[in-house]
Amino acid sequence: MIWRQDVECAAPADLKALQSEYLRKLIPYIYHNCPVYRQKLDAAKATPDKIKSIDDIKRLPFTTKEDMRDNYPFGLFCVGQDRINEIHVSSGTTGNPTLVGYTKDDLKLWGDVMARVLGCAGAVPGDTIQIAYGYGLFTGGLGFHYGALEMGLRIIPTSSGQTARQLKLMKDFNSKIIACTPSYVLYMAEEAKELGVDPAQGNWKIGIFGAEPWSEAMRREIEGIWNMLATDVYGLSEIIGPGVAQECHHKDGLHIFSDVFYPEVIDPKTGQEVPEGEDGELTITTLTKQGIPLLRYGTRDIVSIRYDKCRCGRTSPRISKIKGRTDDMIVVRGINVFPSQIEHVLVGIEGTQPHYQIIVDRQAHKLDEVEVLVEVEQRFFSDEIKRLNEIRDQIRREIENVLSIGVKVTLVEPKTIERSMGKSKRIIDKRAL
Amino acid sequence: MKITQISIFLENRKGRLYDVCSLLGANQVNIRALTIAETESFGVLRIVVDKSDLAIKLLRDNHFVANFTDVVAIEVPDKPGGLASILKVFSDNDVNIEYMYGFVEKFTDKALLVMRFEDADFAQQILAKHNIRVVAEKDIEGL
Ligand SMILES: [Zn+2]
Repeated sequence: MIWRQDVECAAPADLKALQSEYLRKLIPYIYHNCPVYRQKLDAAKATPDKIKSIDDIKRLPFTTKEDMRDNYPFGLFCVGQDRINEIHVSSGTTGNPTLVGYTKDDLKLWGDVMARVLGCAGAVPGDTIQIAYGYGLFTGGLGFHYGALEMGLRIIPTSSGQTARQLKLMKDFNSKIIACTPSYVLYMAEEAKELGVDPAQGNWKIGIFGAEPWSEAMRREIEGIWNMLATDVYGLSEIIGPGVAQECHHKDGLHIFSDVFYPEVIDPKTGQEVPEGEDGELTITTLTKQGIPLLRYGTRDIVSIRYDKCRCGRTSPRISKIKGRTDDMIVVRGINVFPSQIEHVLVGIEGTQPHYQIIVDRQAHKLDEVEVLVEVEQRFFSDEIKRLNEIRDQIRREIENVLSIGVKVTLVEPKTIERSMGKSKRIIDKRAL
Repeated sequence: MKITQISIFLENRKGRLYDVCSLLGANQVNIRALTIAETESFGVLRIVVDKSDLAIKLLRDNHFVANFTDVVAIEVPDKPGGLASILKVFSDNDVNIEYMYGFVEKFTDKALLVMRFEDADFAQQILAKHNIRVVAEKDIEGL
């Protein structure tokens, strides 16, 4: 169903008028409530009087992940902390995590866009949804929860893990919708087979998968094994969490909710918008958020965008699946992994940075695995296996602490990690996406 | 009297042991004793050679991680119960052995064992007290 017919199917001119109205309110609001942004706007000569329509968005300065980190924790807030009702944090590169805070109205907005996500995927009020994204500081679980509440679904908040129980609850409560990472739903299929359950006979008819990259081949595999419609959801915690864009059943691009999250696809080298259909960095302005509104935020996700009307009736523009990243961050099981986090750990343990390499792989049992190769160096080498194992285990524990996912650490001989221009190649992504 | 062992980090890859042995052999370094401790992904090769300084230079120049470790080479009577009698001395005196292994060849009627102690100095005191003969570095070089 189309949850918000009024905006999702609005005529382009009406949509533009709405976006212009929002932007005209947003700029003075930010200008008067956030000293950090006020300075940026002054420097860019984009003061409130200059912003008259959505076309003036080009005058606004960009916001980056670094801006968020540099102004941690409260520098980008536009309201006092007494008006913040919920906070979430996600892993940053080094040091500070990325903090997001929601006012009561922001939470309402989140519920609204997530209800649109659910409707876009095919949910109708009364359906049962099993939410197997993690609940907690990660925005996945609670984002879906708020959307399902808004739409009036029956919620089974299983969070992630405990696969046998997931399968039992699917059957016992006849849940129609499953929301989790794409690798987890494939993992559950393997488990189901081991438990003697045929996934194709399962109850789930609609899957809403995201928080990690996945391919059309993986979609076909999921749809075949589970006999369901597998759709892609997009979001990031800085903007709102899940709820930025979602595929409809035509699976021909993700409808981005551009009335509230204004998208531009920018060439990272020139800072200019690329022509329609060409690849660039998805850049989003939150037009109505109150807690931490963001102007032209660089998501670092490479996409293309199209503005033609979809067969489903929606006029909201569609972004492609994520085609790459502007930096070398990788997403594993919904967790952002930066090489610098691992460097940090190694330097902490060894004093200086040994050569290392991160290998991400997706084996037959379908959960992404991270292996960190560390070149053994003279100064931490020991003739005792016991001592070497202790070092390896210490590295593993500390990396796991930082990343919150399990990793394997392997000690390797010097000069065995491939180098290009003297620097070791830091990430090898072997996942067949 | 301590002697020098060379410890080398090796991945469990085909041919790595051969690489070490052929490198040393090509440079006239003789391996007197050798053992490998393995895990599922890596191993530590421990060797006693006749020219330790040359050997470690060769290894490091060829990108091996290699360290010196102090060990003790002990003469063990080559007869039933020979090793047991020595181990009893260690056990009675709370001397901890990290690991031990044998020499490749015999050069007297006694067997030679390399032992790595948790505390090599303390072990040597006990050895001296019980008149257990240890082998000196120059004996190894002259083998
Ligand atoms: Zn559509």
